[in-house]
Amino acid sequence: MAERDPITGVETTGHVWDDTLQEFNNPLPRWWLWAFYGTVLFAIVYWTIYPSWPIGKSYLKGVGNTITYTTDAGKEVTTHWNTRALLRVEMESGEAAMAQKAQLKKVAAASYADIAKDAEMQAFVQSFGKGIFGDYCAGCHQTGGVGVIGDYPNLSDDAWLWGGDAVDIENSIKNGRMGTMPAHKGTLSDVEITDIANYVLSLSGESKAVDSASKGKALFEGKGACFACHTKEATGMKALGSANLADQIWTVADVKGLASAEAKLEAVKSVIADGIKREMPAWKTRLDDTQIKVLTAYISSFTAK
Amino acid sequence: MFKHESIETNTGLLIVLTLVAIGIGGLVEIVPLFYIDGTVEEVKTADGKDAVRPYTPLELRGRDIYIKEGCYNCHSQMIRPFRDEALRYGHYSLAAESQYDHPFQWGSKRTGPDLARVGGKYSNGWHVKHLVKPTAVVPTSIMPNYPWLLENKLSFGDIKERMLALKQVGVPYSFTQIEFDANVEKFGEKVAKTLDINKADENLMAQAKKMNTDGDAARITEMEALVAYLQVLGTMIDFKQHDEHEFIQFR
Ligand code: HEC
Ligand code: HEC
Ligand code: HEC
Repeated sequence: MAERDPITGVETTGHVWDDTLQEFNNPLPRWWLWAFYGTVLFAIVYWTIYPSWPIGKSYLKGVGNTITYTTDAGKEVTTHWNTRALLRVEMESGEAAMAQKAQLKKVAAASYADIAKDAEMQAFVQSFGKGIFGDYCAGCHQTGGVGVIGDYPNLSDDAWLWGGDAVDIENSIKNGRMGTMPAHKGTLSDVEITDIANYVLSLSGESKAVDSASKGKALFEGKGACFACHTKEATGMKALGSANLADQIWTVADVKGLASAEAKLEAVKSVIADGIKREMPAWKTRLDDTQIKVLTAYISSFTAK
Repeated sequence: MFKHESIETNTGLLIVLTLVAIGIGGLVEIVPLFYIDGTVEEVKTADGKDAVRPYTPLELRGRDIYIKEGCYNCHSQMIRPFRDEALRYGHYSLAAESQYDHPFQWGSKRTGPDLARVGGKYSNGWHVKHLVKPTAVVPTSIMPNYPWLLENKLSFGDIKERMLALKQVGVPYSFTQIEFDANVEKFGEKVAKTLDINKADENLMAQAKKMNTDGDAARITEMEALVAYLQVLGTMIDFKQHDEHEFIQFR
């Protein structure tokens, strides 16, 4: 009952819309048809080899397509194809992973002095360290570790709150740090805070108010009890992470960044009045010892240059 | 028998049959996952409790805000089992980790980084600065500013209803004593207390007070809820306690 278009003679589908509108029923090109059968065949092969159809509480696991990996306990296990096992195999025997592992092992066994001297290890620390520093640290300490004054300390200068030796830096990263200075606005008057601030500024040659500063010195070493954390010489204590106030390097109060003497005074006054609470998260659960070692070596290389 | 023509010329029938065809495709893919063993991994802590727990009331509100603000448009919460993702984000996500999420926040767009394991990565203070103005901490960021999170008071008058609704779809928040006891058994007492619907308001206020991200302990803002939520993401399972083998066996 196939109908044909009277002009071209081509078979039509037989449907008619709007009185006369009809549709040709050209056969599909051969190559297209075979390609279609090909995809059907491919699907069947694919179903057979890879995990596919569910049956009951399980599913077809794929025929002749297994993955063998080693457990943490050292046992060899063979399982059906799955992406988790695939990742495991790549992590334990993939080319890039093995190369990285070998480098990490070398760094783990070496001393910091050796890492700094050995060109190959140093190159690895620079590239791997840059990657993980970017992923985990740069959000706070910024690219290259330059920090954000007031919030996140600069790791690329020579001044350290908690110590710049490898063990200290490792400790900072592993366990995190909580930099805490109490607010003094309850215990000191505004005048007293001004005097102390002038004294602190005078230590790095930033204040010319000599009288006020000398009163401030007495308060610093006396009633203000600043010396308890910052020492009498105001050089800070690494056990408390109390900043060195006499080294012309600032981490909380933006003294260098401010132009006018009044603004500098205000910045230091507000630190003394309001106190400080800065938190460095602990990384020992997220990063392993070798990654922390690479980071320590990477950070140390900022200042070594 | 349907005739080709009668389907093509009858729109209503065409729509119904199209839906049936798509429905079969969808059901075949989705339904088996509900009864296949091991779709959701069983992950226990050292003392035999469930490692993954439902959100506390404050975290739950934080999740609502995450959805309301459309964070999922730029952030996924699904670390795939690839080496590059493992190196950047940490252990691949388990189905167990989103078992109490309705709807899950796996997402499919990464304009920003994956957030599945962002919990504990930054301090609360960093999150506040970052959400108010991302460029303050990441100068090149293209993430939008969300300053109102710090201004908007958190509305949580309906927190109990929200928890009850989730309970309806299987999240083990407890309402009766029997349910509470079951949670003690499943999660331990400390966690079970945070899942008690009757104590939802107190628990929410106490946790927000402890966070106090806006410096005003009496005020509870949307920021506190959102940061509480971000800080718990991906932190419930301690992967160092588990052999990778355990998780592979579930696949
Ligand atoms: C949430 C923000 C944040 C992140 C992320 C962060 N830090 Fe810190 N870090 C801080 C803060 C804040 C301090 C200062 C703590 C203080 O005031 O005592 C600090 C201090 C440090 C110190 C000690 C500096 C000194 O002067 O003694 C080191 C070292 C350090 N961080 C390294 C790292 C490394 C490595 C990473 C990445 C794994 C990292 N930090 C990630 C915020 C952060
Ligand atoms: C309980 C210990 C403690 C006491 C007491 C204390 N400080 Fe501090 N101070 C710290 C710590 C710790 C830091 C560094 C905080 C950080 O980096 O997070 C600091 C930082 C500072 C800074 C910022 C330095 C910079 O580089 O920006 C100034 C200024 C300062 N203190 C002055 C004082 C003065 C003045 C007093 C006395 C009124 C005082 N502090 C008392 C612990 C203390
Ligand atoms: C327009 C896309 C976009 C939207 C919408 C967006 N973000 Fe982001 N987000 C980014 C980008 C890009 C980054 C990377 C740069 C940065 O850290 O700011 C980022 C980074 C982050 C990070 C840091 C992740 C890390 O590991 O360093 C967090 C946390 C975050 N966003 C949370 C949120 C939350 C919560 C919301 C919703 C309130 C949100 N984002 C909405 C694009 C977006």
